[in-house]
Amino acid sequence: MNAPESIGVVIARKAQFDRPVRLRSGAVIDRYELAYETYGRINQKRDNAVLVCHALNASHHVAGIYGDNPPNVGWWDNLVGPWKPVDTNRFFVVGVNNLGGCHGSTGPASIDPATGRPWGADFPVVTVEDWVQTQAQLADHLGIERFAVVMGGSLGAMQALQWTMSFPDRIRHALVIAAAPKLSAQNIAFNEVARQAIMTDPDFHGGDFYAHNVVPRRGLRLARMIGHITYLSDDAMAEKFGRALRNGALKFNFDAEFEIESYLRYQGDKFSDYFDANTYLRITKALDYFDPAADYGGDLTKALARAKAAFLVVSFTSDWRFSPARSREILKALVDNRLDVSYAEIDAPHGHDTFLMDDQRYHNLIRAYLDNVDIG
Amino acid sequence: MTRAIAPALRPTTADNRLSGRPEFDAIAAWIEHGAQVLDLGCGDGSLLRYLREGRRAMGYGIEIDDANVLASVRNGVNVLQSNLESGLAGFESGSFDYVILSQTLQAVRHTEQIIGEMLRVGRQAIVTFPNFGYWGHRLQILRGRMPVSPTLPYQWYDTPNVHLFTLRDFEAFCADHGIRILERVVMNQGRVVSILPNLLGSLAVYRFNRGPQP
Repeated sequence: MNAPESIGVVIARKAQFDRPVRLRSGAVIDRYELAYETYGRINQKRDNAVLVCHALNASHHVAGIYGDNPPNVGWWDNLVGPWKPVDTNRFFVVGVNNLGGCHGSTGPASIDPATGRPWGADFPVVTVEDWVQTQAQLADHLGIERFAVVMGGSLGAMQALQWTMSFPDRIRHALVIAAAPKLSAQNIAFNEVARQAIMTDPDFHGGDFYAHNVVPRRGLRLARMIGHITYLSDDAMAEKFGRALRNGALKFNFDAEFEIESYLRYQGDKFSDYFDANTYLRITKALDYFDPAADYGGDLTKALARAKAAFLVVSFTSDWRFSPARSREILKALVDNRLDVSYAEIDAPHGHDTFLMDDQRYHNLIRAYLDNVDIG
Repeated sequence: MTRAIAPALRPTTADNRLSGRPEFDAIAAWIEHGAQVLDLGCGDGSLLRYLREGRRAMGYGIEIDDANVLASVRNGVNVLQSNLESGLAGFESGSFDYVILSQTLQAVRHTEQIIGEMLRVGRQAIVTFPNFGYWGHRLQILRGRMPVSPTLPYQWYDTPNVHLFTLRDFEAFCADHGIRILERVVMNQGRVVSILPNLLGSLAVYRFNRGPQP
């Protein structure tokens, strides 16, 4: 077998949708665009399509590089590509930037045709259900009646799970990785701290900062820093940074002295350069609102009664943000419904972010599962 | 992070010390078409696959070992990675037709707890285990050595088995715990043994449920 290589240069496309979409909030968006990428080829029976849903800060750029910007490697390039676990020789893989995003799809920074100005604060709150609805529109646009697989990690996994309930006949397999069936109070608390950091930044201007030609950079930095702490495990941080000092000795001031401080500041700065503050607010809200069991008296088993897909559920032992116990809640509901499901608990030290990493046990499992997905 | 290990003795594709097949046939013969089964310590998932293909049974395997979980996924069966020793908390009472524990009971630490959980979750339970009372085992003991055989293929120092027992031991256990034995098949080298089973049989297969409450 060839050593897995990146799929190489890829092109981002946009699909235009002129049919209004009614969101869960009741708001209506008359027309919108979704940025997407595809890798591999759709087969004759059109039954080899895989939808990759992104989590908090990622995008439609799942794999490969851009010709005009080679360092910009897709966020799941270690998993998706020729001969990789999600093998683009077999599958037709679709990555999409969600509605409300800031990587090319219609979002708060886009121009509202009704006013000729950026949506800003007026862009509606979007939910996981809304994303799945609009992803289905993209599937129609691409001529995909039924996905072989819908997959994602973290918030992306929630979308895969939602697919099995919103469109039970349009998905054959769901890969639900590092997920939770709903956020805990602690999860929501972290999101609220991040939102407060953004909304109390004087440059936020109630969400209409575009008109002032500023970006609430300080708020975004803090939001990203707090997020990053929750993505890593205590052990992973200890191993990567420990108490190491950047310059060897204490300076008795408030510069970034410890390596972990420097790391968080770097991540915060990088993030505030490219991410839209209004998108961040909405994505964290989508996380907070996700609770498919809520309409069924809190009974996830009932919520998943209409699902038909087969599932692979994966959790990571060191993930304290969405711990294995949270995946087991999903598992129980799937087993109660006698749905086909396999579950693996990967003993990996890196915390929530392990789902993005090149862990052999994890990748072998996904490869083994996808090898058994019938296509053609 | 340390995890208690309940190793599965089921043969994997890489480990052919046990053929497995004869007991599979005995189990399959008891299971009606379309039954829902839970296979505890499912190894590489061969039995589940066999029951699905032969009996249209739907079910799940429970397995702790990473390599066996991967092998089960490769085998296309439902496998849930979990430690048997922590019970079957995720499963509703009486929710499966059969809960199977094949070639694993002797490697489980909390025997009473796991049998109790099997009878809580399943309408019936099936276990298979190596018979320590088999004459070949007795002979090796008489010669002063721990038995090593096709059904007990380990040396004393590398065995995952923590509870070795005989047919009579198991039947006494059932009597003491209000368990009703519904059926028994005893085998040696793939053939059914009908006389002096505790002496001539090397592998036992039992089907049982919770007996009438006194």
